[in-house]
Amino acid sequence: MDILSLTIGRIADMVRKREISCLEICERFLDAVKERDGEINCYLHVNDKILEEAKASDSRLAGGGSPRALEGVPVAVKDNICVRQMPATCASRMLENFVPPYDATVIERLRDQGALILGKTNMDEFAFGSSTESSAFFTTRNPFDITRVPGGSSGGSAAAVGARLCMGALGSDTGGSIRQPAAFCGIVGFKPSYGVVSRYGLIAFASSLDQIGPMTRDVMDSCIIMNVISGRDSRDSTCLDYDPPDYTRFLREDLKGIRIGVPVEYFPSGIEDSVREKVQDAIRAAESLGAEVEEISLPHTGYGIAVYYIVATAEASSNLARFDGVKYGYRTPSHENLLEMYMNTRGEGFGREVKRRIMMGTYVLSSGYYDAYYRKAEKVRSLIRKDFEEAFRKVDVIFTPATPEVPFRIGEKKADPLKMYLSDIFTANVNLAGLPAITLPVGYSGKLPVGLQVIAPFLREDMLFKSASAIENHFRHTS
Amino acid sequence: MDVFHFEVIQLLIKKQVGMMENYELVIGLEVHVELSTESKLFCGCSTRFGAEPNTQVCPVCSGMPGTLPVLNKKAVESAVKAASALGCGVEEVSIFARKNYFYPDLPKNYQISQYERPIASDGFLMLDGRKIRIKRVHMEEDAGKLIHSAGESGPSYVDLNRSGIPLIEIVTEPDLKSSSEAETFLNNLKRILEYLEISDCNMEEGSLRCDANISVRPRGESRLGVKTEIKNMNSFKAVRKAIDYEAARQVSILSKNGRISQETRLWNESIQVTEGMRSKEEAHDYRYFPDPDLMPVYVTGQMCREITESIGELPLERKERFVREYGLSEYDASSLTSRKKVADYYEKVVSGKINPKAAANWIMGDLMALLKEHKTEIDSSPVLPGYMAELLSFTEDGRITGTTAKDVLSECFATGICPGDIVREKNLLQINDQDLITGTIREVLENNGKAVADYRNGREQAVGFLVGQIMRKTGGKANPAIVRDTLLKALKEM
Repeated sequence: MDILSLTIGRIADMVRKREISCLEICERFLDAVKERDGEINCYLHVNDKILEEAKASDSRLAGGGSPRALEGVPVAVKDNICVRQMPATCASRMLENFVPPYDATVIERLRDQGALILGKTNMDEFAFGSSTESSAFFTTRNPFDITRVPGGSSGGSAAAVGARLCMGALGSDTGGSIRQPAAFCGIVGFKPSYGVVSRYGLIAFASSLDQIGPMTRDVMDSCIIMNVISGRDSRDSTCLDYDPPDYTRFLREDLKGIRIGVPVEYFPSGIEDSVREKVQDAIRAAESLGAEVEEISLPHTGYGIAVYYIVATAEASSNLARFDGVKYGYRTPSHENLLEMYMNTRGEGFGREVKRRIMMGTYVLSSGYYDAYYRKAEKVRSLIRKDFEEAFRKVDVIFTPATPEVPFRIGEKKADPLKMYLSDIFTANVNLAGLPAITLPVGYSGKLPVGLQVIAPFLREDMLFKSASAIENHFRHTS
Repeated sequence: MDVFHFEVIQLLIKKQVGMMENYELVIGLEVHVELSTESKLFCGCSTRFGAEPNTQVCPVCSGMPGTLPVLNKKAVESAVKAASALGCGVEEVSIFARKNYFYPDLPKNYQISQYERPIASDGFLMLDGRKIRIKRVHMEEDAGKLIHSAGESGPSYVDLNRSGIPLIEIVTEPDLKSSSEAETFLNNLKRILEYLEISDCNMEEGSLRCDANISVRPRGESRLGVKTEIKNMNSFKAVRKAIDYEAARQVSILSKNGRISQETRLWNESIQVTEGMRSKEEAHDYRYFPDPDLMPVYVTGQMCREITESIGELPLERKERFVREYGLSEYDASSLTSRKKVADYYEKVVSGKINPKAAANWIMGDLMALLKEHKTEIDSSPVLPGYMAELLSFTEDGRITGTTAKDVLSECFATGICPGDIVREKNLLQINDQDLITGTIREVLENNGKAVADYRNGREQAVGFLVGQIMRKTGGKANPAIVRDTLLKALKEM
């Protein structure tokens, strides 16, 4: 038995039964990182104190402490989530030396349940991207084919889980940044309903869209992490005053009585054949498990990417204003006055994609353009939300492809931002509507994984995990 | 000083007679008021003034990446209080927006404020029987403070203690017509806010700040002229002077067929002029948009009613009641009620069945002088309201003389000992004993033969001299009326 191949659910059980020590687990993962991360490049920072922390957990257990939900489980964290005393660079030169003085709420909760932070993972700079190529430091590689991207922006977390260089990871999802890389790396990626997980300590990209979520080997692990990180937080006003359920109890093997909607708009002609086939296989599998499948329409789907890039960049342009060289992070060495300090700091500290998005966002909020862009985008956003509401009157969940294609080659889309933006075509609307969605592997195209996306109504994570676990179970037994 | 500035000064001096008469002044004010809540608007940091730089900061108010604002409900209550005292309609739903601009004292480089949907609008404040309309009241967070080192090239420092302190901004319609009206408006507004106990309203500490929008137009013209916005005025007096200067500047330009340019100007206190800061073309585009980190602010009708009901008497009402209930003059009532603390003190004193007029005189006169001399606020006066009442009851029933009372008040102020004890210990009770007074008079008359002779020769002034001698002998404690009567009687009998 290789520890690396175990799920969180399994290892937690072993720790509980004292069949394995926290130190053994962490040593094994640390060795694996040393051995293999030179090739994959998931980690921006590895926690050199993790073995001490694992020993502390072991002595706590030896002293009679009862094992907690994530006792000794090494978790990787996307580098835009603040962990005290570890760098939080957002893969940007701007924050290269920034070490936050506090833990994000999700980190506090993970630690409270015994999880150990193995390291901080690579990402697209400030989460702006779909390939992790816009990291200011290096490009992460897809564990299934190292000439290809792991997706993004949570590419480091996805690759770390896919390459078994951690047991599970946290990512953040603004327009698909958990789900798309999860699909590319053959793992499970879950974006909760907006407001279910606290954003406190997540370095904001677009506040009205961002959610932190788990990236794991299987659906059960996703539920285990959700049980730990979800729930109200007095430090985040947008976090719901809501008692989250025990997510693990929704897992099941059949889909009897569940109505699945398949939106025609999510199968356009541009979609890769192998992706279409595998997703259709999954839909047929769902039928065989007892689900009723129905074709539906989400008529405003086509506006999603445009609306997304207006809302997200507008918020980002304001969220990233604080990186100015005054208080923390990078400050230009060359400036004669305040304006020059601002301009050179931001000019030198931010990468191309970041600057592009800040400029777009600044433009759409400018006086004279606000009504034509931002205000109109907000109106269309509510139409997109209504599309989903209408659809969910007829169906319980919606099945779509996670991405229109399998992982592309490193460098393939880097020069064409518009092509890159279309990677989020199936995921961004879910964020605009604040809905929960999960992607999970449903087969391969050659050696590359293909992902299915399951979307559920707001706060119907129960429906979502039910459907996803049944599909997962089906493919686990057929593959 | 340039020639133009000289012309403006000339105009200011001659304004009573000169061309100012042909123009009419239109003023609107934007008043920023720091709310005196315990903690900041979006985090738990203290709002205390005067602490060491950057000791009242946390990741939230210093704009650390990943932090989020959480609204302080007390600040909302204060804003609602102010809004309803100003007769505004309070919105059931208001929205926080981000005002985006770069400045080192603004850690996030956006200020959380309210824009399209402020918490309240459409109110008024009475000014000499005229309604000055309030356009809106909105909530926002304060910025930090820059501390520049002396000399051009030295570093500047940022103090974030003030960053995130709650403010309300009160914006008037352009209803004010003169600098003195603007000053009176500010005084009245300050009085109301003090009465509501939601702000210290201390201009020196920056807890009340004011910008003015000013334009002039020829008398009789109905269209508004081009306005300028004046900032950086640090006292009500500065507001008045800046408005006068700016009006004269604009008139001077217009009277030479020049054009006013719409711009923001700064009041330069040291040379008493307004100076151009940025023109309309250079104006910031603040790119306001709803802050996605905060939920809309809900103020239910119920909550609004409860807060409105908790508002006590406001200054104008209290003044009218003082005239009615205590028979005070308009002037006395107005002085006493201009500050809530003073009015509260006064009412505590007169509750001890003290003559209201005497109490008003003593408080506004001797007590105020002592407070001023010792730089003490009336609510921390060593002469407690009960002490003042006791002192006044001593003078009212003639147990001590007015002269003695002044000394007792000073003594009480200095030591905090109650007037009754001072009077007893120092044996200051007024002498009303006829025999004792008669005895003293006899003695004085015997020793002052010349004065007695003068009196007999018709020199009335001699009486005053003799009274003085008697008072001196009794240590000022003899009842002056009895002394005078007895003395005159004795002189006639001689």
